[in-house]
Amino acid sequence: MSSVQTTPGLSKILMLVMARDLRLAVRHWDQVLQPLIFFVIVTTLFPLAISPALDELRKISPGVLWVAAMLASLLALESLFRPDVEDGTMEQWVLSGQPLSLLLLAKTATHWLLTGLPLVLMAPIVGTALGMPQSVWPVLAGTLALGTGSLSVLGAIGAALTVSVRRGSVLLALLVLPLEMPVLIFGARAVDLAMHGEAVAGPLNLLAALLLFFVSLGPFAMAAAMRISVES
Amino acid sequence: MLAKDAATSTQPQLEARAVHLWRGEKHLLRGVSFALHAGELLQVVGPNGVGKTSLLRSVAGLLPVEAGEIFWQGQPLPAANDDYHRELAYLAHVNGLKSDLTALENLRFAVSIRRDVTTEELRDTLQLLRIESCSDLPVRALSAGQKRRVALARVMLTRASLWILDEPITNLDKAGIALFEARIADHMRQGGMILTAAHQLLLQGQPGVRTLELQ
Repeated sequence: MSSVQTTPGLSKILMLVMARDLRLAVRHWDQVLQPLIFFVIVTTLFPLAISPALDELRKISPGVLWVAAMLASLLALESLFRPDVEDGTMEQWVLSGQPLSLLLLAKTATHWLLTGLPLVLMAPIVGTALGMPQSVWPVLAGTLALGTGSLSVLGAIGAALTVSVRRGSVLLALLVLPLEMPVLIFGARAVDLAMHGEAVAGPLNLLAALLLFFVSLGPFAMAAAMRISVES
Repeated sequence: MLAKDAATSTQPQLEARAVHLWRGEKHLLRGVSFALHAGELLQVVGPNGVGKTSLLRSVAGLLPVEAGEIFWQGQPLPAANDDYHRELAYLAHVNGLKSDLTALENLRFAVSIRRDVTTEELRDTLQLLRIESCSDLPVRALSAGQKRRVALARVMLTRASLWILDEPITNLDKAGIALFEARIADHMRQGGMILTAAHQLLLQGQPGVRTLELQ
């Protein structure tokens, strides 16, 4: 009976999980768009509330874009693990005999593709509306690409911890936002420096380092948190 | 229970020794022991809330036991978890199906993370359980009994030697139960093992079929 089964390789499992989640996203595209719409709406509120004068908006635009991106990424976390935990798929993954950390990392990567990457692409357009010069676009997109990656991984750890808590979204925000502050500080700072024509290599390197750190250790924290969540 | 098993000379594949479990303040499992040999079906029975599901979840490795030990092929769990989980198919109350994917897609993803599988094999198994007509429908469109059959198809397709099934025949009609009993008998003949929580006993009176009563 216990014939040796050919188990799929790790890269194949990564592809499988990503393919599955992308397919699910296509059938749920309205949910996938929510964070992006939130991002656009929040950023358009600032000209209305502060002043339509581009000079004033330009000064605050790096901070506005970064805070909005952070909150949009937080909003998106709700849909990261909860559906899989509720319908029992996560239990199956825990018992699959495959490394749970890898499965969750694949899920988080797909989640970033669906919710982080659109922000990166949309940010220059929104930035222009806030008076941001075109020369800043690459830095803005670059910091957001590195930063939203870190936000996704940090957020995934928090989401895995709080997924079994009823109405856990407030708890998730309280847990995750303080940890995300370094990303916000370096991200907004880099864009600000770029707007003043100064060198941005420092904060960009730090953002990249943070991303590497979170991606290398985050999956293990996610897996440990998820095992605890699935217990209850 | 253990004394009876000692008569058989072969070593049990799965063995629980004096398992204790608390849920909050409640002392749920008080020293549960059992042994499961190749080709056996053990049905855990008892009133609601007695801890059948908790016992199954503990044995599956989802819930750590607070006292006692569980062994798989002589190795203590959870140290041997990865090898154990590759030989384990677990079915909970919830089916573990994505309602937006079709039955076939669900099975393909669920099985492919454990082993390579062909579409014909998936279709054949759906046919065995008489739900081949559902294979390309999104699971949300299926009836509760059809969903259960898809979940059972997943269990069969994992080719695991140990099946842990929490009330597997919930929502199944008479024909479904008969079909499933035939699959179970098949699995036992091939040396597989099954641990279920059940209100309605399966394959009563057949060799290798035992019950464990929780109080």
